[in-house]
Amino acid sequence: MTVLPRTSTAKPEPSRPGVLERVHEWVVTIDHKRLGILYISAGILFFLVGGIEAGVIRYQLAYAANPTIDPVTFNQMFTMHGTTMVFLVGMPVLLGFGNYLTPLMIGTRDMAFPRLNAWGFWVFLFGGLLLYYSFIGSSGLYGAPGAPDVGWFAYSPLTTRAFNRGNNVDYWTLGILVSGFGSMATGINLVVTILCLRCKGMKLMRMPIMVWSMLVTGFLVMIALPVLTAAQVMLLFDRFLGAHFFDPQLEGSVLLWQHLFWFFGHPEVYILIIPAFGFISEIIPVFSRKVIFGYTMMVVALVWIAFQSMGVWAHHMFAVGLPPSLNAFFAASTFLIAVPTGIKIFNWIGTIWGGRIIYKTPMLFALGFVGMFVIGGLTGIMLATVPFDWDVSDSYFVVGHFHYVLFGGTLFAIFGAIYYWFPKMSGKMLSEKLGKLHFWVLFIGFNLTFAPMHVSGMLGMPRRIYTYAPDRGLDIWNLLSSIGYGVQFIAILIFVWNILHSLRKGEDAGDDPWDAWTLEWATTSPPKSWNFNPLPVVKSRRPLWDAKHPEDPDHEYE
Amino acid sequence: MAYRPARPNLASEEPQHLSRGKVGISCLIITESFFFVCFIVAYLYYVVILQVEDGGPDPVELFRGDIMVYIASVTLLSSSVTVVLASRALARGAHDKFRSWLAITLLLGGFFLFATILEWMHLIGDLGMWLDTSTLGTCFFSLVGFHALHVVIGLTALSLCLLISFMGRLPEQQAERFEVLSWYWHFVDVVWLFVFTTVYILRVYT
Repeated sequence: MTVLPRTSTAKPEPSRPGVLERVHEWVVTIDHKRLGILYISAGILFFLVGGIEAGVIRYQLAYAANPTIDPVTFNQMFTMHGTTMVFLVGMPVLLGFGNYLTPLMIGTRDMAFPRLNAWGFWVFLFGGLLLYYSFIGSSGLYGAPGAPDVGWFAYSPLTTRAFNRGNNVDYWTLGILVSGFGSMATGINLVVTILCLRCKGMKLMRMPIMVWSMLVTGFLVMIALPVLTAAQVMLLFDRFLGAHFFDPQLEGSVLLWQHLFWFFGHPEVYILIIPAFGFISEIIPVFSRKVIFGYTMMVVALVWIAFQSMGVWAHHMFAVGLPPSLNAFFAASTFLIAVPTGIKIFNWIGTIWGGRIIYKTPMLFALGFVGMFVIGGLTGIMLATVPFDWDVSDSYFVVGHFHYVLFGGTLFAIFGAIYYWFPKMSGKMLSEKLGKLHFWVLFIGFNLTFAPMHVSGMLGMPRRIYTYAPDRGLDIWNLLSSIGYGVQFIAILIFVWNILHSLRKGEDAGDDPWDAWTLEWATTSPPKSWNFNPLPVVKSRRPLWDAKHPEDPDHEYE
Repeated sequence: MAYRPARPNLASEEPQHLSRGKVGISCLIITESFFFVCFIVAYLYYVVILQVEDGGPDPVELFRGDIMVYIASVTLLSSSVTVVLASRALARGAHDKFRSWLAITLLLGGFFLFATILEWMHLIGDLGMWLDTSTLGTCFFSLVGFHALHVVIGLTALSLCLLISFMGRLPEQQAERFEVLSWYWHFVDVVWLFVFTTVYILRVYT
């Protein structure tokens, strides 16, 4: 961006501007903090929509042979639920936190390319709106408007013209393509920011783990998203120009789509979990009052996971009949990726071990994350075993598995991060009482929903089926899952109420409510648009510890 | 703009060690490379490995002995050299030399594009090939087409630089920005090496 050298910071705050002016300020903003908040808010709104879609699914499956929802609508619901949660909730919220926190944590004033940053957000938002416009704008099956109904990974030949005559698949393709451009811009921006704009003394190995996780995520976005883009472009060529990429009737290969999609799809899973690792690695030390255990190994494990995540994609394809040698290779690499993940789990436990633990809401979510993520990871190792995968592939066991990873993992970490950084973003504390209630209700509801899915899956309940026959032993497990949804719904209401209530009546947070150690707590809450003046200089991994304890600074030990 | 980050004493702050432009363009190049890899993989898979026969023309007959594509390749690759010479001239402040080398770069790139257009006119006009006529058409036009699109983008950006330079608004202080653009141009050339090997060598001569 063009740099306007200004000599004075004393820009008088304008007297409270009108609503229209404030909206205008947010629309034209290129401030990384405002864009971060916009990303997170848009993500939360889409989260509520995606949650309601999940509610339709759970309502329909609550009892056997439920006549309420027709199959077409049901297909649309799970497609939109999956697509929304991955592309319009997970990525924007995580990248939003990256946007907000990265420049603050490395002690700089903004992202490397602030305008690109704003462009990325608006492109993402309109991509999401384009996807949702399909509900009223597309002509789906039989010409009636309808959302995409091909599942979130949109396997060919379902997406070919022969089987999908309307244009709802095109909304899916274009919506994701467009928001993908925003993600790539943000990924590149994060990497450049972290490599180029660190403050004095902020060596790579002094960066908070959160920043490391954003660096790694940025690289993964740069590598995975273009592959998705290419696959979507090929699909568009197939559908509009009659190309032969994925249409088996024209010598195209449905396998090529699967390989391309999952070459994106598996790094995508890590794009969704690595920032969560970053949040947890910031929260656990602060609420255990200890330095993170094994910093170097944490960084090594992150980079290791990132590299290896590009060599595990075909474990999503065990059931399609790849050669045994390929299956064996991808099973082995999937087992192996559990090692760096395990290192991280043990390091978090090592950090908590012997610490003076403070059970505030962010810590509760962090501990919930560690527990739930371990369960999801273990069922993941089960699924990496090819014969077992053949048995439960595309069953509710898989659904249970990835919800433990993405809900119990990513979403718990996001909630932890919201409780942890909300005071910095708004200047107000979230209510601790409501927060704890939110955590426990969500924790119970979450396990009530997703634990029974492992059982119903092993009993043979296929995923993506709109109804099932009674007396197959599936009824009780599905009913439990549906009741669990209701419990989670209450938890989310508590959360939304907490946010709205605390924004108006929350306690003032002050600069550093958690007595934390990273640079974002060194400035005001919320920070001024220029973040710091003067720019900080750091000597260790915990610059604020050094400032608070000049008699015993960290840099004497590192 | 109502809200603009007020930047305290930014001019007096130390410059960064790494250039945002260079790191940024490197990241873009990585991203774009993975985009091209997908289309190269599709070409390799269908045309080189599976050798799909669906009634379309045979790539061996089609591309063997196509002298024009060799000439065009040499032209495009040499434009990478001339763009470096232009970049260095600009850094030295030799504006006339800069403009000459840049104009030569544009001519070389333009010739490559012209050769592509001739080839496509032959394939589409004379032989009736397109994306939907055969798997070869699908793979060839998408891969070569996306490369040509990048050539067009690069040529547009380079032409703008020439225009700006003639307007006298490209001082040597901006040499780094031009260097960043020249990296993008190198990328376009390097991609062509892979596209060329995939399309005109692998199936045709092995």
